[in-house]
Amino acid sequence: MSENPTAPGLPGDDEPGRRRIGVYICHCGGNISDYVDVARVRAAIADDPDVMVAETTLFACADGQQHTMVHDIQNQHLDGLVVASCSPKLHTTTFRGVSRRADLNPYAYTQVNIREQDSWAHTDDHEGATERAIALVKAGIAKTRLSTPLSPLRVETVPATMVVGGGVTGLRTAIGLADIGLSVIVVEREAELGGWLGRLGPTFPHDTPGRDQIAGLVAQIAQRPTITVLTDAELVGKTGSFGNYTAKVHVRGETTDELRQFQVGTFVIATGADVYSPEVGELGYGIDGVVTLHEFGTLVDEATGGALTWHGRRVRSIAYVYCVGNRQAEGNAYCSKFCCAATVHASIKVSKVDPSIRQFHLHRDVRAYGRYELLYTESRERGSVYLRYPDDAPPAIEQSADGRLAVTLVDALTGPDELTIPVDLVVLVTGMVPRQNEALTSLLKLPTGDDGFYNEIHPKLRPVETVVDGVMIAGACQGPKPANEAVSGGLAAVTQSAGILKRGFAELDPLVATVNEAACTGCGECLTTCPYDAISAYPCDTGQKALVSAANCKGCGGCVPVCPEDAIDLLGYTSAQMLAAIDGLADREPVA
Amino acid sequence: MSDHGGSGEPTPRILVFSTNNISDPGIDLAGSRHLHYPATVSVLAMPCSSGIKPSWILHALQAGQDGVFIASDGEECAYLPDCAERTAHLVTVTQGLMAEQGLEPQRLKMAAVCSVCAEPFAKYMREFAAALSTLGPRPVTAG
Ligand SMILES: Cc1cc2nc3c(=O)[nH]c(=O)nc-3n(C[C@H](O)[C@H](O)[C@H](O)COP(=O)(O)OP(=O)(O)OC[C@H]3O[C@@H](n4cnc5c(N)ncnc54)[C@H](O)[C@@H]3O)c2cc1C
Ligand code: SF4
Ligand code: SF4
Repeated sequence: MSENPTAPGLPGDDEPGRRRIGVYICHCGGNISDYVDVARVRAAIADDPDVMVAETTLFACADGQQHTMVHDIQNQHLDGLVVASCSPKLHTTTFRGVSRRADLNPYAYTQVNIREQDSWAHTDDHEGATERAIALVKAGIAKTRLSTPLSPLRVETVPATMVVGGGVTGLRTAIGLADIGLSVIVVEREAELGGWLGRLGPTFPHDTPGRDQIAGLVAQIAQRPTITVLTDAELVGKTGSFGNYTAKVHVRGETTDELRQFQVGTFVIATGADVYSPEVGELGYGIDGVVTLHEFGTLVDEATGGALTWHGRRVRSIAYVYCVGNRQAEGNAYCSKFCCAATVHASIKVSKVDPSIRQFHLHRDVRAYGRYELLYTESRERGSVYLRYPDDAPPAIEQSADGRLAVTLVDALTGPDELTIPVDLVVLVTGMVPRQNEALTSLLKLPTGDDGFYNEIHPKLRPVETVVDGVMIAGACQGPKPANEAVSGGLAAVTQSAGILKRGFAELDPLVATVNEAACTGCGECLTTCPYDAISAYPCDTGQKALVSAANCKGCGGCVPVCPEDAIDLLGYTSAQMLAAIDGLADREPVA
Repeated sequence: MSDHGGSGEPTPRILVFSTNNISDPGIDLAGSRHLHYPATVSVLAMPCSSGIKPSWILHALQAGQDGVFIASDGEECAYLPDCAERTAHLVTVTQGLMAEQGLEPQRLKMAAVCSVCAEPFAKYMREFAAALSTLGPRPVTAG
């Protein structure tokens, strides 16, 4: 079988031909090997004369396996690495790191995606998935075979970060950034800092008023001259390249209306979320005495004189209806994570105001997780009654003749008979919804998930980075959560920013366009095609030739097909590599 | 349901050009959600669809692919504001070259696939495979 004769232009002037490539095919636990016969994939490529090491591995990314790869590269003098595992979005950095540690050029490594783009897509077709894996691995080997050593491009970075959103996440992030030695610009759209927490009284778990927590952060910011805070401000422009962006901010207060410009290296987006507002009629919303969690919180925090009152009437009983606008089969499917604990906590506050108030919690399951469980226990000890309603049959809320409210449900323990509880107040436990932020989302090209919140690259491994270079997300804009978790995300973004900016320079992929001098006839076709003005002409004996500036080139490859002489190549995706990969894919294995 | 064997009719082989930042994540998502599409689909990722050379597409069709699908960025491309037009132009040029070789233009298809377009991608693949089946085998032999 022809492995490579069709692959044009084998590199290496000194020794034409052979490469020494290591190929590792991952089981991914069973995520791959349950559907792809990895042993057969290995066997199909093991005899390739350029393949020195061909192994299957349970987890390619595991520490031990990385050590083995480094060891193999060094001992077998490998000059190429192919890892067939998951999406390149997840582990390109991991295996480039392996290459680097083994003194192998990181651009001689090719990631082959046999999980997302093979085993997981073809769980119904093991034979087809195995054949596909063989073809994809062959294409990966073909690309690596033609790889040339490249060095990353070095760009200077600006030691400053712009934090968009001045809620608890943004403010705590700003302090972290300043303390690690980066300048910070906080851009808050509203006139006031603080976000949701800034409007809250005593919060769970420690009863510290949200307002006080925000005031504390604002005081700390005032002591840090490297933090600039802009309120009534919005980010309206972003230009530049990795590590050095120009950010335009529109500030329009009562007395100001100006466009300000800042140089920053990274962005942390902490724009938070909104609360769900029920439709009129949804679970009785609109009836006097039916309130949302947020409205209720204010009522409790403002209660004086040992009594809770609603429109002048003393409240003697309350029903809480959980999961409103959340965990719905149609609509918002997610759980907002903070609302169970916030409600449990509110009921403790109520019992402190007036222990005689009777409280009924109508829930689907109480997600007061971790230490919040202690609050749940305390709430029960203080007399709160917890009743579980079925997922598909939410309670009905009606106004009774005496002006009070009647809540009817089927309780999981006493059902199937309906139970009606007369109460003075119904609290709809509303969760969070994504904030409307189209202008910012499209300006930064931020990816959003199905649920409408911003998406990180990977929930476990890269939890605050986005696919947009240099832009991190943190806090409730990424998904609903309690304040401590929001802040943790912010601090992770501090570390990520510092990791990028503290060295003073960043290394970028050198996968840029190059002009083959010998082939270029100076026709000039390419000179106007690059929107980044990366291509210029220089005079030579025969007239002119084209030259690509590596610093300006964004690596799109748009100029490649424009050249009538085939003189332009995109490094990492050269014509020779792409044609060889296409040949690799075509090489159909005879079915065993 | 297996895409292989059974009917005895081979499933058409499709080469997809995806883009690293937009359509490739969309295709990943299709897999992550276990949305099935024919296992004869192979994906090669590029930075941007406007960098695909017509000669690569012709080469793929000669090397045994029955169809080529460009999963482009539509209006979302982070590199080139006119990416969609550039890619559409490449498709037109390539289809001209294909015609010279007696290859039907329907063997080359382009559609925008966004980073969360998992369902649409799987559907495109099933539909393209069906369309290629109707078209029958390539008029040229694999090179
Ligand atoms: C009723 C209620 C009770 C709660 N109780 C508790 C509790 O007791 N304990 C707890 O831990 N958590 C509680 N939470 C959750 C807590 O409020 C959130 O975790 C926290 O507010 C998240 O902070 P954030 O900074 O990420 O978002 P936010 O608080 O939403 O702040 C985001 C900020 O960004 C600004 N912004 C938005 N868009 C832009 C833009 N385009 N440009 C500039 N600025 C922008 C907003 O104006 C806002 O100031 C509660 C939430 C609610 C709604
Ligand atoms: S289009 Fe090609 S031949 Fe013409 S100037 Fe540019 S690189 Fe040279
Ligand atoms: S690859 Fe893109 S950015 Fe680089 S020179 Fe060509 S057109 Fe310009």
